[in-house]
Amino acid sequence: MYVAVKGGEQAIENAHAWLAEERRGDTSIDELSIAQIREQLALAVNRVMAEGSLYDPDLAALAIKQSRGDLIEAIFLIRAYRTTLPRFGASAPVDTGRMACDRRISATFKDLPGGQILGPTFDYTHRLLDFQLAANGETPTARTRETTPVDVPHVAEFLNREGLIQEEPRDDRTPPDLTREPLAMPAERALRLQALTRSDEGFTLGMAYSTQRGYGRNHAFVGELRIGAVPVEMDIPELGFAIEIGEVTLTECETVNQFTGSKTEPPQFTRGYGLVFGQTERKAISMALVDRALRWEELGEDNEGAPAQDAEFVLYHADNIQATGFLEHIKLPHYVDFQSELELIRKLRRDAGADAQMEAAE
Amino acid sequence: MKDALDENMPRKAWLGLMAKAKTGRVGALLDGAMTRPDFTWLRVPEIGSTMVQGRAGATGAPFNLGEMTVTRCALTLATGEVGHAYIQGRNKDDAEAVAMMDALMQTENAATLQVQVLDVLAQEQADRRAARAGKAAATKVDFFTMVRGED
Repeated sequence: MYVAVKGGEQAIENAHAWLAEERRGDTSIDELSIAQIREQLALAVNRVMAEGSLYDPDLAALAIKQSRGDLIEAIFLIRAYRTTLPRFGASAPVDTGRMACDRRISATFKDLPGGQILGPTFDYTHRLLDFQLAANGETPTARTRETTPVDVPHVAEFLNREGLIQEEPRDDRTPPDLTREPLAMPAERALRLQALTRSDEGFTLGMAYSTQRGYGRNHAFVGELRIGAVPVEMDIPELGFAIEIGEVTLTECETVNQFTGSKTEPPQFTRGYGLVFGQTERKAISMALVDRALRWEELGEDNEGAPAQDAEFVLYHADNIQATGFLEHIKLPHYVDFQSELELIRKLRRDAGADAQMEAAE
Repeated sequence: MKDALDENMPRKAWLGLMAKAKTGRVGALLDGAMTRPDFTWLRVPEIGSTMVQGRAGATGAPFNLGEMTVTRCALTLATGEVGHAYIQGRNKDDAEAVAMMDALMQTENAATLQVQVLDVLAQEQADRRAARAGKAAATKVDFFTMVRGED
């Protein structure tokens, strides 16, 4: 039952004013600019773009500032903004084979065409706090090496030539879109991939980790991980042809998984796929592992009852905005609901008390 | 069909080039090259989104990856040429400059603008790309095999 009550307007207004003051913090400290967040907290910006499902670094930086660094709140702001935008259309599927790679590594092949490119990675850092960053240091500079552009083919293509890996047959159907139609089960792979690419990083990481620990075991190698910019091309009806409308940085992870074959498939390697906005490699690897686990049915594998194999469980709990919306609503006024619960408990206690008295009397 | 495609190639190239230019750059170069002519809007600059798609396993079935912000507009010059812009981001001035350039590239100014605007943009993008590729190349691993012990 809902009962409309009024009150608290002034308190709410004052709470917002205090929030704004707290957001600004100590005014003797310089205020953060959007550009500073965009440039110097780039990985937070990338996460907000990926899970907010909107590629726009300036908007993500603004959301991080507004949310005081609460990234789920920032993602919420981006999702809300996204719904106000008219949709001009869909791009052609991006060609990650054309990626200008900042990073490209393979854990399966040492010597691969295009080479192992480490890029600006935290790997091999010692994870010791760097107190030089706390002092105002000098401007760091990257080293460079003369290079000529080379093709950087996907690792899966080498295995494909020998027929050792399950193929990804091209098709050009219009994919389902969970921003237009609510997520429904059973979810085909295209829908699962859309849900996973915008899913919460922590949840997806936990699910992926569970597969590594043996829940729905599918031993994964990172066949390839690449990060870099790809052009985005879209058909423009007014022009009658497609043009490049911009460029996005993506992280792509392809896993290669052992597969001993099933009733429908010969023994071969299978694949899991992760593709995420921005430099977001933990998320992309996690996505690939979870994608692979969810494919058990189409590959004719056994359902071991592992959480990561349960599409309904994974996909309905992976979205942090849905999750936080439902979770946080319970802190909002439930006075009337609670009043009825209170009545019920009092009645039960009264009844129990009456019974006890009767027993004592007997 | 092939002819129609080839005929569109230059326009496709300049629109793609300008869509990836840095904020304010197209307008600045255009204003440096000539005075902008009068025009009327066919579609005033409008901010919206494009759903970016990927392919499962890089080569398989398409899926929706997420949206990106896009600004579009269309205008016509007094002489009748129509210019379009579809560019990443939310900058209406940039979209106007791109649509203006698109229209002007269909006029006798094309040769001048090719040199003073498009060639400059192309060089800047090539430089940016090469700088990044150079840094990536410096992090490329050169493997060497240690002498093996069993000989």
